[in-house]
Amino acid sequence: MVVAERKPIQEIMAMVAEYNKILLVGCKGCVTVCCAGGTKEVGILASTLRIARKKEGKPLEIIERTLERQCDPEYIEQVSDVIEKDGVEAILSMACSVGPQYMAKRYNIPVYPALNTTFIGGALEHGVWAEFCQACGNCIIHYFGGICPISRCSKSLFNGPCGGSAKGKCEVSSEIDCAWQLIYDRMKALGKLDELAKVFPVKDWSTSRDGGPRKVVREDMKL
Amino acid sequence: MKSGSRLEKILAAGHFAVTGELGPPRGADVEIIKKKAEHLRGVVDSINVTDNQTSVVRMCSMAVCKILIELGLEPNLQMTCRDRNRIAIQSDLLGAYALGIRNLLCLSGDHNKFGDHPQAKNVFDVDSMQLIQIVKKMRDEGKLLNGQECEGKASFFIGAAVNPFGDPFDFRPIRLAKKIAAGVDFVQTQCIYNMDKFREYMKRVVDMGLAEKCYILAGITPLKSLGMARYMARSVPGLDVPDYYLKRLQGVPKDKQAAEGIKIAVEQIQQIREIPGVAGIHLMAIEWEHRAKEIIEAAGLLPRPEVN
Repeated sequence: MVVAERKPIQEIMAMVAEYNKILLVGCKGCVTVCCAGGTKEVGILASTLRIARKKEGKPLEIIERTLERQCDPEYIEQVSDVIEKDGVEAILSMACSVGPQYMAKRYNIPVYPALNTTFIGGALEHGVWAEFCQACGNCIIHYFGGICPISRCSKSLFNGPCGGSAKGKCEVSSEIDCAWQLIYDRMKALGKLDELAKVFPVKDWSTSRDGGPRKVVREDMKL
Repeated sequence: MKSGSRLEKILAAGHFAVTGELGPPRGADVEIIKKKAEHLRGVVDSINVTDNQTSVVRMCSMAVCKILIELGLEPNLQMTCRDRNRIAIQSDLLGAYALGIRNLLCLSGDHNKFGDHPQAKNVFDVDSMQLIQIVKKMRDEGKLLNGQECEGKASFFIGAAVNPFGDPFDFRPIRLAKKIAAGVDFVQTQCIYNMDKFREYMKRVVDMGLAEKCYILAGITPLKSLGMARYMARSVPGLDVPDYYLKRLQGVPKDKQAAEGIKIAVEQIQQIREIPGVAGIHLMAIEWEHRAKEIIEAAGLLPRPEVN
């Protein structure tokens, strides 16, 4: 899933400082799962903003909504009534950065992101998420025991650990597992160490963001 | 001869090679380079010029290499994959060769998080292994990575770094074998302090037949003080500084620690010369170029051999 986290409250306060009425809109997709922008987080942020603005003597009216998804035009449409009839001055989106972009495309009022979209990842334990994918567009994890060296090695190395791998940890931080220690251990357990002895050739990054913004077209799905 | 560099000739002739290192200045002052370079003249066979080491901005390695050539010294250009993609890498390789640079050390590069611009976007389009392949293809096939013919070959003596002390230890000889398969001619190791572990590494390397396929230069970094030894032991991931060196430096007064550090370095060189498969040493006297001569002299490695 896309993992995100809320921006610092001061930054959000500054974004909406000039407005009297906003729409705060969450998303029931990935950001609900990673506890960053679902119904619950929308409620918490709305309360926080209201209290803070009341203290400043400049109350902020907030309409709260949480959409099924914000990465699909049909759901974006569901707030058109609020925006067109209720005098909302700005939209504060709690979706990943796709959401505010869709909102901005549809509505002619300013849109602000309340979250920082951090990575494609998964939960390690309750309250901890980690990065697992950089969306290179050409998955190669099967060559590495199911561990992605691009996203999980700090230097995206394809041919083994750098000199900074120590006791299973990355030189960048003792909080980061050395991806190559994990790959080595896994391939050893699978009896496939000989595969790591082969030189992995240069990667074609044209399927990645380096080839320009990407698009997936499925003719069979088109209406 | 692949490149005809002095380093290649020294090694090919079977001499025990000595390479040194020069860290470019954080600024445009050429005098700093000249001063450091003079300390290494006649002391080492080739001088590594670091490429923004520890991700700290310094004068570019290629420019410093050219200055060394003008001074009549032989450089070894260090090139990392951190700051340049395959386009810049190949362009720099062609330029470096045109400037007369013949030795090249292919590195992944220290992560930018450690440096003076931790906010930088890093590249890592290719890794050090793939960089070796690029350089080899350029030299042996006269082709760029995309298969296009080069107008004029760039024939480098291809080097790389190895760290026998990084984890997982069992993979380290395999990684060297990969570098050889990719096309490396020589390697320089990370600073060696734990000699027993290095002996074990070299035994495996020799048993795998790797020492016959590439020249292995053992890395030596003299400990300038107890403080430096502690830093190397505790704060540099992938380094292994045994406690007995810390205790030994602790046992001498502060003003004698530098001399003790030099003594240790000389002993290490002597021990290394006894290890089968080692073709030379790489002396990384960090900001201590002026002490290189006394170390190499005390180790009995002067004068340096002449080669044509």
